[in-house]
Amino acid sequence: MKPHFRALLAGVACAAVFAAPALAQQKVKIGFITTLSGPAGAIGADMKNSVELALDHLGRKVGGLDTEVIYGDDQFKPDVGVQVADEMMKKHQVNFVSGIIWSNVMLAVAPRVTAAGTFMIGTNAGPHELAGELCNELFFTTSWQNDQTPEAMGKYMTDAGLTDVYIMAPNYAAGKDMLTGFKRTFKGRIVDEVYTRMGQTDYQAELSQLRAKNPKAVMVFYPGGMGIQFMKQYSEAGLRGQSPLYSVFTLDELSIPAVKHAALGQYETRIWSPDLKVPANEKYVGDYKKKYGKLPSFYGAQSYDGIMLIDSAVRAVKGNLADKKGMIAAMKKADFHSVRGKFTYGHNHFPIENFYLLRAVAGDSPAADPVMQIQKTVFANYKDSYGSACKMK
Amino acid sequence: MNLVLIAEQTLNGLQLGITLFLIAAGLTLVFGIMNLVNLAHGALYMVGAYFCTYFFQQTGSWPLAVVLALAGSMLVGAVTEVVALRTLYERDHLDQVLATFGLILFFNELVAMLWGRAAIFSTVPDYLSGHVQITEQLRYPLYRLVIIGVGLSVALLLWWLVARTRLGMLIRAGASNRTMVAALGINIRLLYTVVFSFGAALAGLAGLLVGPIYSVQPGMGELILIQVFVVIVIGGIGSIRGAFAGALIVGMVDTLGRAFLKPTLATVLSAPAADAAGPALASMLIYLLMAVVLAFRPAGLFPAVR
Amino acid sequence: MNASLRNWVLVGLLLLLAAVPPLAAWLNQPFYLDLLRRVMIFAIAATSLNLILGYGGMVSFGHAAYLGIGAYAVGVLSYYGINNGWLQWGVAIGASALVALAIGAVSVRTSGIYFIMITLAFTQMLYYLGLSIEEYGGDDGMRLASRSQFSGLVDLGDPASFYYVVLAILALFLYLTARLVGSRFGRALQAARTNEARTRAIGLSPYPYRLVAFVISGAMCGLAGALLVNHTAFLTPEFMNWTRSGELMFMVILGGIATASGPLLGAAGLLLLEDLLQGWELLPKAVTEHWQLYLGITLVLVVLFAKRGLAGLIPGRHE
Repeated sequence: MKPHFRALLAGVACAAVFAAPALAQQKVKIGFITTLSGPAGAIGADMKNSVELALDHLGRKVGGLDTEVIYGDDQFKPDVGVQVADEMMKKHQVNFVSGIIWSNVMLAVAPRVTAAGTFMIGTNAGPHELAGELCNELFFTTSWQNDQTPEAMGKYMTDAGLTDVYIMAPNYAAGKDMLTGFKRTFKGRIVDEVYTRMGQTDYQAELSQLRAKNPKAVMVFYPGGMGIQFMKQYSEAGLRGQSPLYSVFTLDELSIPAVKHAALGQYETRIWSPDLKVPANEKYVGDYKKKYGKLPSFYGAQSYDGIMLIDSAVRAVKGNLADKKGMIAAMKKADFHSVRGKFTYGHNHFPIENFYLLRAVAGDSPAADPVMQIQKTVFANYKDSYGSACKMK
Repeated sequence: MNLVLIAEQTLNGLQLGITLFLIAAGLTLVFGIMNLVNLAHGALYMVGAYFCTYFFQQTGSWPLAVVLALAGSMLVGAVTEVVALRTLYERDHLDQVLATFGLILFFNELVAMLWGRAAIFSTVPDYLSGHVQITEQLRYPLYRLVIIGVGLSVALLLWWLVARTRLGMLIRAGASNRTMVAALGINIRLLYTVVFSFGAALAGLAGLLVGPIYSVQPGMGELILIQVFVVIVIGGIGSIRGAFAGALIVGMVDTLGRAFLKPTLATVLSAPAADAAGPALASMLIYLLMAVVLAFRPAGLFPAVR
Repeated sequence: MNASLRNWVLVGLLLLLAAVPPLAAWLNQPFYLDLLRRVMIFAIAATSLNLILGYGGMVSFGHAAYLGIGAYAVGVLSYYGINNGWLQWGVAIGASALVALAIGAVSVRTSGIYFIMITLAFTQMLYYLGLSIEEYGGDDGMRLASRSQFSGLVDLGDPASFYYVVLAILALFLYLTARLVGSRFGRALQAARTNEARTRAIGLSPYPYRLVAFVISGAMCGLAGALLVNHTAFLTPEFMNWTRSGELMFMVILGGIATASGPLLGAAGLLLLEDLLQGWELLPKAVTEHWQLYLGITLVLVVLFAKRGLAGLIPGRHE
């Protein structure tokens, strides 16, 4: 080697030795808020598993720095979520707050986090306020805007020429939003729009009414336990043959094991499916299955992406966590291997991405559970409808 | 609105009522006879559902699973009574509420630790699924008819037990005057444990019956607990007859309200107003009903005679 | 009035709480300020419930309704641009009192488990009502645009100032409750709880005393609701959920019913225990992941062995 090249190498090595301690002192702290107790605890467990898997894939270092993730349980209550977020910011001094399943918790927590100058990386809830007038440069989400998923279903059902559709949801804000989003894009005839009580267990009465109206198709939004009950009773009433079931946020990898073959043939629209042919996704799903013995859900996939997004930002500023402007610029590029494939961010920091039609089909063997499979792309690079209310560039 | 639909909804109301009765019977028995407010009744209901689902998966035989689940519920009930609840009979209702609430938290987490937090798969055995053609136009799920049948049988069994057997007599005597019965040589502690276990078995029976059609998951008891309390209060605490009447009334009112309130309102209000008011009113209906009943009959419809 | 050990303990606790803001600043742990402020707000709500539940023997399962009404009073006024704290809190107290009067007029006629259920029914109705009003957010809830303004007197935006306001209100309510309980009114109320037949026999009808106590209790809880919404800067119908009522009841029972220090001990006990079981680094993961199991066991043990609640653990004259 030429002498001056050797000197150059030595100089670089010295610089690295001096720089390394400065880098090694910095630690990345991420606060992850989800629901870990109660009926929705299964969702929280899935998100937590995915966060852990992401950290494993990154060698337990985000952006090359040692990482600590502090998990918090919002217990499905906004004020507990706020307390947990406060604890993460004030006691643990986290650099990023992430997670959150529910829109009402998100609306309580996100503005508080961004007002304190901390990043809020949402990985599920997408209330329209945060996509519109409450948008903030420190807020990014790896999921979607709540209305987009039912809008995709509305578009698909219109294109498929379906009409005489019966729609149902629980009687609360998210339920009404879902059906409103559906009606925005669905141009066929709606036979009836029915809202049921929150937490209702027995749907016999509604199913009898439905059968009497004899709709060509039924579209519902029933998250969590309500969905499991509805789907079981829908099948038991023998309605699947007569009126095929379409849904949003009702059937997923968490509820399939509880419903099994009763779910066959049901349609959903989503940004992701375990069978999406993207290399990062194949790795994620494969390793998740190996580590936890089951398939991940979209909640998990979005949380995995959340960690990867943070990683890309920290990497871009070379570990200088004080450079928030730099991290914002990096995140805006969405320059990481997302499990849903390449996507871009709108100016309101909500993804512009594809929406697919999924169907529950038979698994590998007769005894296996059904799996969700992508049938077609409903929307390519779909933007949400609230960006115009957002004042950011 | 056609007659077939009304008939079907009436049958639905009946079935919901019977289901509520099965869950409420055990609770009102324990409260009426032992003066114990047992919030953990919902937990025992959950335990029954989990046991039956688990044993059905393991053995493949539903009748066997039912028997094992009932035995399991009774055992869990007996152990809980001896360990945690024995000293509470003399205590204030408030202390009972707090202690049994603690038990709810305990059982929910225990079940989550054993079977995970996600809902588990429970299903009706093949020979009980399917429909029965009641009339030319009315088909009804067989399993729901089974539930109605079981519920009615349990109601008869309870009436016979309490009114016509020696055990029933002891129970009623113990409720009136515990110390006197003990002074007469009856082991009142054992009696109470037996009654509580029986109440637990009833809760477990309700749980295992509805498990296949509802969702079997931690916390499933809390979803129905409020409705059950409403039933008991309307019917009158401590009375099986009251629980039966209260359950049927609540089942009917709730079902018919959910089915027909919105269309009925639509005849007098504008469509969007009916759309908004209908579901909101239907949610509140059973509470309004309870408030009305209590306004006229502060002790419920059929209070237990002491 | 004998100054028993219990009263000194209560005064001591209040002084300790007063010392928290400077302590928190010195140790650079601002989180504990927020945590204890939340504890105190719930202690105020528990104090109001203790009046009717502990001293009056009226087990109201619907007390969360007043938290909600107080919170919504502030939230709705703020939504229409009215941020004057005096007005907002005044409306919170007034609206809660009115609703308590309406609910109480019907409910107080009943007793025992029926009273529990009817108060529960009314709360559930209010909860579903709140869920369905989309204008104020429905289930998504509503953000508080700005904290209650007190025209320069105190800035609720400053954590320490807000903390002292809450502490002052807590101390005031504890004092008021103690005076009320010791007065003729309070004696009549407690007499009705202990032995209703005898109370009637000496010519006192329990109904008016109970109703007045119910209204006062509701009004106090309404103020707690106004404080809570200022603390979280957010409100949802979940404030009125029956499980929230249950939590308030547990705080009162845990602390020791019909005791002066009970509500504060109960609120602190339940909320701090919850926080501890979930987040204390020294606990093994098996505990923090399933903290509700251990909370449940603790509650059962407290009931079985601490017969008069946490306050009962302090030696002193039993009331």
